[in-house]
Amino acid sequence: MYTQGLNSIDKIAAPDGEQAERFQARIDADDRIEPNDWMPEQYRRTLVRQISQHAHSEIVGMLPEGNWITRAPSLRRKAALLAKVQDEGGHGLYLYAAAETLGVSREELIDQLLSGRAKYSSIFNYPTLTWADIGAIGWLVDGAAIMNQIPLCRCSYGPYARAMIRVCKEESFHQRQGYEIMLTLSRGTPEQKEMAQDALNRWWWPCLMMFGPPDGESQHSDTSMRWKIKRFSNDGLRQKFVDATVPQAHFLGLTIPDPTLHFDEAGGHWVYGEIDWDEFRRVLAGDGPCNRERLAVRRKAHEDGAWVREAALAYAAKRSAATRQKAA
Amino acid sequence: MTEKAIPLWEVFIRSRNGLAHRHVGSVHAADATMALQAARDVYTRRGEGLSVWVVPSSAITASDPAEKGMMFEPTGTKIYRHPTFYDVPEEVGHM
Amino acid sequence: MATTSIQVAETPLVRLALQRADDALVLGHRLSEWCGHAPVLEEDIALANLALDLIGQARELYALAGEAEGAGHDEDQLAYLRNERAYRNLLLLEQPNGDFALTIARQFLYAAFIDPWWRATLHATHPGLAAIAAKAEKETAYHLRHSAEWLIRLGDGTPESHRRAQEALDRLWPYTGEMFEPAEATLVADGVCADPPGLRETWNATVDAVLAQATLQRPKDGWMQTGGRAGRHTEHLGPLLAELQYMQRVLPGAVW
Repeated sequence: MYTQGLNSIDKIAAPDGEQAERFQARIDADDRIEPNDWMPEQYRRTLVRQISQHAHSEIVGMLPEGNWITRAPSLRRKAALLAKVQDEGGHGLYLYAAAETLGVSREELIDQLLSGRAKYSSIFNYPTLTWADIGAIGWLVDGAAIMNQIPLCRCSYGPYARAMIRVCKEESFHQRQGYEIMLTLSRGTPEQKEMAQDALNRWWWPCLMMFGPPDGESQHSDTSMRWKIKRFSNDGLRQKFVDATVPQAHFLGLTIPDPTLHFDEAGGHWVYGEIDWDEFRRVLAGDGPCNRERLAVRRKAHEDGAWVREAALAYAAKRSAATRQKAA
Repeated sequence: MTEKAIPLWEVFIRSRNGLAHRHVGSVHAADATMALQAARDVYTRRGEGLSVWVVPSSAITASDPAEKGMMFEPTGTKIYRHPTFYDVPEEVGHM
Repeated sequence: MATTSIQVAETPLVRLALQRADDALVLGHRLSEWCGHAPVLEEDIALANLALDLIGQARELYALAGEAEGAGHDEDQLAYLRNERAYRNLLLLEQPNGDFALTIARQFLYAAFIDPWWRATLHATHPGLAAIAAKAEKETAYHLRHSAEWLIRLGDGTPESHRRAQEALDRLWPYTGEMFEPAEATLVADGVCADPPGLRETWNATVDAVLAQATLQRPKDGWMQTGGRAGRHTEHLGPLLAELQYMQRVLPGAVW
């Protein structure tokens, strides 16, 4: 579903020299970098970190929505939600595979997630309390994700760009799925409408945080932009999201929980209020409502599955030994 | 501790009869049978495929990008391999 | 406006459609509980595929049941507004997921039965049911393949996986007899569906072949549990339905 605009660039020496210049020239010419090509170590590490954070976000992102698969209120909704959460698993898989082309194994990446060393998008540390949250996630979280992911389809690293093309193609139904849920609720009974408004109230601000810290604070944006790992600034994407979303909320007859929100005629943009960056940093650092819960669930699934993975490998080893013996 | 790695497989799919299999991505699986099932489950959920191949990633031998010059550039000057190299008068018609 | 449970006028055809629909929904629901919790990512996706196949089958079968009943009940009313005594699924399918071995064994034991049942129903005299069979048979053929391959790996993997797979089989075996209870005589006579007792040989052959490859022991046929078709379930169905039906029960009559 989503990578956060964390812009974490490794703090190692920026590359220089003739090789680095040739590398930059390729990027400037919109050439794609492929797995075995020479690349600055900083580029490689930055990508591994960003792609794996993105993958982890997809995997952890399965949990808040997965929470409602068994309680979806109709069979149509149940099938759609299950297919969507399954897609997120698939997206995690494509992204882990893209990271693996940079010389790190899926096992190592999962180990980084489970040991708490890796980050994932802060949004998934918020709870899904009602069915309307499933609508709000599809509409807002996936909507925010799309803003960020479409430019990544043109990222300079080939395997990441290709994975993102597949992800974006598959995700095209996700946001519509969510908006349709919100539309149905907002045209439903008073309880349903209240549920929809409550979900918007709780998800709006965390969704704005998904785009990452304001441009002034993110010191690494420049390098990422120069390498075309990132093509738009956090604030630029955030504004694009707000401009697209506010009219959609009005169509639903819902109120954005921001009393200062107003349209700036001159600039042609919706102007939003102050984002609580303390909350953002706190949730990212581990103190969101569900951080411990999410990791505990992932760890349990991994530990409970260990004997299955061992069995599959043991069986494969036995079979290939038997084949060798037959050949001898 | 990092556990024992489950092998990586490359997945190739024929989307329509008449087309060649095309690389679509990778899966992890302990053996070929399970890799084929995983490829089917992961990469053909939207009617993308009529035929699937899986190949152990370790079985692929790749050219070295550093040798790109030696490997691929010499062909750049062999323009006589292309039809446009030859002049045929217009009155002869399409050839 | 309170919506109480609906009453369904069950003719033999309605009952048959509800049995198969409830089977598919209950098993699909159980499989969907795995989403996000499977042993490997690839299997998360595979289990969701199985669940989606089954939920899709359930929807078509409920539509068929509703149409056959003719009282205007739609798929959601049939799924969400019948209580546990009105559910007609096999006891085997409502058993909790347990560990991965139990989930795989449950899937295998059922698929080895339902796949040939759908195949035999391809030529049913009821065109609606035959059409569902044409789609379902391909899906369940893959369910059988997938669960059999896993059962073989678990059985012939490590000592721990072998033990877990054997325990799963032993635990589920008493629920397998119910699958072979005869269909209603009029349905069989009219060629509407295959009669389950006739599928036992096929099932035995599949099960024996896979268990042999898996180095697992076939449990002895002892007392077989029964009652699902009459709505006498194990204690596991109630909580499943409480969760499944939650929204429709707390906000009755709403459109979702």
